[in-house]
Amino acid sequence: MANKKYDTAQAALDGLLFDGMTIAVGGFGLCGLPETLIIALRDSGVRDLTVISNNAGVDDWGLGLLLQTRQISRMVSSYVGENKEFERQHLSGEINLEFCPQGTLAERIRAGGAGIPAFYTRTGAGTVVGEGKEERIFDGERYIMETALKADLALVKAWRGDDKGNLLYRKTARNFNPVVATCSRMTIAEVEEFVPAGAIPADAVHTPSVYIRRMTLARINEKRVEKLVTRTKD
Amino acid sequence: MPWNRQQIAARAAQELQDGWYVNLGIGIPTLVANLLPEGIDITLQSENGMLGLGPYPTPDQVDPDLINAGKETITELPGTSYVSSAESFAMVRGGHMDATILGSLEVAENGDMANWIIPGKMVKGMGGAMDLVSGTPRVIVLMDHCARDGSPKFRKHCTLPLTGLNVVDMLVTDLAVFKRNNRQGLFHLVEKAPDVSLDYLQQKSEAQFTW
Repeated sequence: MANKKYDTAQAALDGLLFDGMTIAVGGFGLCGLPETLIIALRDSGVRDLTVISNNAGVDDWGLGLLLQTRQISRMVSSYVGENKEFERQHLSGEINLEFCPQGTLAERIRAGGAGIPAFYTRTGAGTVVGEGKEERIFDGERYIMETALKADLALVKAWRGDDKGNLLYRKTARNFNPVVATCSRMTIAEVEEFVPAGAIPADAVHTPSVYIRRMTLARINEKRVEKLVTRTKD
Repeated sequence: MPWNRQQIAARAAQELQDGWYVNLGIGIPTLVANLLPEGIDITLQSENGMLGLGPYPTPDQVDPDLINAGKETITELPGTSYVSSAESFAMVRGGHMDATILGSLEVAENGDMANWIIPGKMVKGMGGAMDLVSGTPRVIVLMDHCARDGSPKFRKHCTLPLTGLNVVDMLVTDLAVFKRNNRQGLFHLVEKAPDVSLDYLQQKSEAQFTW
């Protein structure tokens, strides 16, 4: 079996990085983020990145770490509200931001991975999101054309990865990870646990191994909670 | 006597019917989860990839891998399923949800709404709001009738960048409830908060509505 495992995140990234590249990153808020790979990316010093990711982390965690160091020059995201530094860089024009509705973002990434160059959606028709985009009427409704997103490198976080590269995600840490895993010819999975091939039941695999080129163990698993809300026991 | 946040949410909850699948936005809509009518089965969706939201966790149940779309810790229920973001929005875009309840900055008399950006000021992004309003057959907006400076939020035309064109079916504010049929024509006033006069409502609304 081809060995896809790399000892460290740094080793997994070795030879893949170049300035100006496009990187897609899984996660929603701080949930299901490849934390170890993001820190390795920061430490590599690679610059002028275009990052495709639903959010921009918070000021001092997740992709916010790459904003602090000004390694990101452009982002494609749906919501950046938790990150003040991002808002500052955006309002001052230091960073180029493409806002994309969340469902459209997920579908553009999915399309990129599935060999579909573009698709039509009602989402955003008649709003600034639709400006400059091809528009068509289907069954009397306005649709806009959205184009696929692909990346030079994709980074995902999974709960378990088997020797073959099959992945299993956990609860809402799944989010964008399964589609992000497909949108590049070079996808690295950061996994919490390596398991033998067969340990993830074949019927339960979330991301089949064909999409995963490299794997590394999650050595940083802070899993910060953005909004802790609890109730008292009934 | 304007309604408070709980009362606005409770009024919206009355609209939900047995067996419905519903997405709740952040803010006042989140309160709807705790005000669902007794004896009906409502499945809540969270667009980050969860169908079947449970209550907030007790301190020993907190799981960082389990959050709602507002990034709050949450729990699962028997019958919950987890999906990817693409699958989650396929449910929404494909018209499989029954209703979405969300907050807004402005609603126009023709059903347009604006809730995602104040140019130069608040630049957070639309998140899933545009997908939700354009994909869901029943869109219920909960908001204060007027902004903090007293200016009307129920307008003739939205002044802020739009979230969706002609998408709002029902509007519940702290002053009144408005509905429109089949996304045609003006909103119709169906209920007023206690001691709110029609005259006062018209004064506080830029939008035309029927009554």
